[in-house]
Amino acid sequence: MTALSALPRPRARLRAVPTVVWMFLLVPAVVEIGMVFWPALNSFYLSLTKWNGLGAAQPVGLDNYRQLFSDEVFRGALKNNVIWAFGFGGLSVLGGLALAVALNRPRRGVSLYRSAIYLPMVFSLAVTGLFWRVQYQPDGTINTLLGAVGLGDFERQWLADPDTALYAVLVAAVWRQVGYVMVLYLAGLKGTDPTLDDAAQVDGAGAWQRFRFVTWPQLRGVNTVVFAVTVIDSLRTFDIVWAMTQGGPYHSSELLSTYMFQQGFTFLNLGYASSIAVVIFALAVVFIITYLVRATKQEVDT
Amino acid sequence: MTAAILVPVEQPASSRPRRRRRDWVFHAVMIPLTLIWVAPMIFVIALAFRSFDDISQRGTAAWPDSFTLDGFRTALGTGSMGRALWISIQVTVPAVILSLLLASWAAYALSRYAIPGRRAILLTMLAGNLLPPQILLIPVSRVMESLGIYDTLFALVAIHVGFGLGFYTFVLHGFMRSIPIELTDAARIDGAGPVQIYARIIMPLCRPSLAALGALATTWIFNDLIWSITVLRTEAKLPVTAALLNLQGGYVSNWNVVAAASMIAAIPTAIVFFTFQRHFVSGLLMGSNK
Repeated sequence: MTALSALPRPRARLRAVPTVVWMFLLVPAVVEIGMVFWPALNSFYLSLTKWNGLGAAQPVGLDNYRQLFSDEVFRGALKNNVIWAFGFGGLSVLGGLALAVALNRPRRGVSLYRSAIYLPMVFSLAVTGLFWRVQYQPDGTINTLLGAVGLGDFERQWLADPDTALYAVLVAAVWRQVGYVMVLYLAGLKGTDPTLDDAAQVDGAGAWQRFRFVTWPQLRGVNTVVFAVTVIDSLRTFDIVWAMTQGGPYHSSELLSTYMFQQGFTFLNLGYASSIAVVIFALAVVFIITYLVRATKQEVDT
Repeated sequence: MTAAILVPVEQPASSRPRRRRRDWVFHAVMIPLTLIWVAPMIFVIALAFRSFDDISQRGTAAWPDSFTLDGFRTALGTGSMGRALWISIQVTVPAVILSLLLASWAAYALSRYAIPGRRAILLTMLAGNLLPPQILLIPVSRVMESLGIYDTLFALVAIHVGFGLGFYTFVLHGFMRSIPIELTDAARIDGAGPVQIYARIIMPLCRPSLAALGALATTWIFNDLIWSITVLRTEAKLPVTAALLNLQGGYVSNWNVVAAASMIAAIPTAIVFFTFQRHFVSGLLMGSNK
């Protein structure tokens, strides 16, 4: 019977669904609903309550959000998050793209360089944080190096100084991220058409012109993904700050995620912490949709 | 994607010397850059093997003047990194296997059967993985409490599986769709049921993407910090990353111990990386490529 009905469009003939296949879908779906979607919905509700984890949560309407507006620490964290998104995103994209272009063509030593650059990516953010904590010590490599080249005036307690703590953590995070962005761009460059580049070269275009007008426009797809992934990542950033400064000194390296964690798990202001989480979600949602649209396109293309 | 068929353009002989000079410039820039890039790691390795006295007298940045395994001994022993490593293995192995198993089920159902709204289901599952974990933390710890598994390794496995599923399903679905439908049709005509087709045809063909996802999932789960400090309370149950941060608080000025402990936490993922390097890179590209 399937043979008859399937005749017109062979590609579209997917089978009617047997019960066991429903189970195949249902089990993972239930796990994800229970672990992800149901908790996520709960956060929205909790953000409208005051709750310390004992007894019942008291509904307080939008009080938590009103409180956020006047919370200096929250505003500082929000500002830091913006700095973080630009610094983390901008530096890792610039670095990753430059390295990808430099290491794109096969040459001797290229694979060694590539491995060295993306090796930090396999370490956890916490390990990365500790690696760099060691360098930032008062008598650590960075201060020693500065002293050795006669820039002793710039020596400081990088992680204990409110002016530098955020940027010190940022450098460590970028060090780890550059390799990932490079890998994404290397794949994007593989998808570009080398004949166009050669044609432009024959026409006398310089290296920069060829990159700007021939290669760059072909990287649009990768750019969207890199952009979305970096922003989502920077809103999620938690581990590395937690490992290096825990948001201090004086909240100078506080991000929304670390502030949320403190409010929720140190002070047990569960309602207030949930409202910070909802703000993080609201900021991320545009980029999540961007990524999903991209993913849909990919689904249609293949 | 359309693949252009290309004949490599022969470089005219005259441009040879110029190319060699460009190569020279290339290496002159890349070699120092690469050295700077790996320097923090080398430095931590050197620190881990120095003795406490050497470090306290001559500073962390000094050239090593001692060689000892004391740092590792302390980290693995009283620093309890050895125990934490074993806990991490107990969490990572089942979490990776379960994630890939459940994801392959969902991907199989969505890619091979006319389930209504399957694209919407797939994208919703993927969206779940993109959510910022912060929006899940508090309710997840409550869910674990109400299930009576809060502060157990099982809870940690459960949240890793649940949170990762969407991404793994999406990637595997893309791969399974590329398997020709004729292959499964032929098996069906020969009398194979859906379970047999899944186990005998689809899964063996998915081996390369399962390997890539496995390598990626292993590093993600092994490296996790936020979920373990959210669902675990007892210090003795903390996996490597969380234990490392605790140790750092306890051995503030013993830099050789801290360096040794962070090496211990880094080595397993480095091994996975070098063993599965090719898979690992292709894994990273999954779902973000094109």
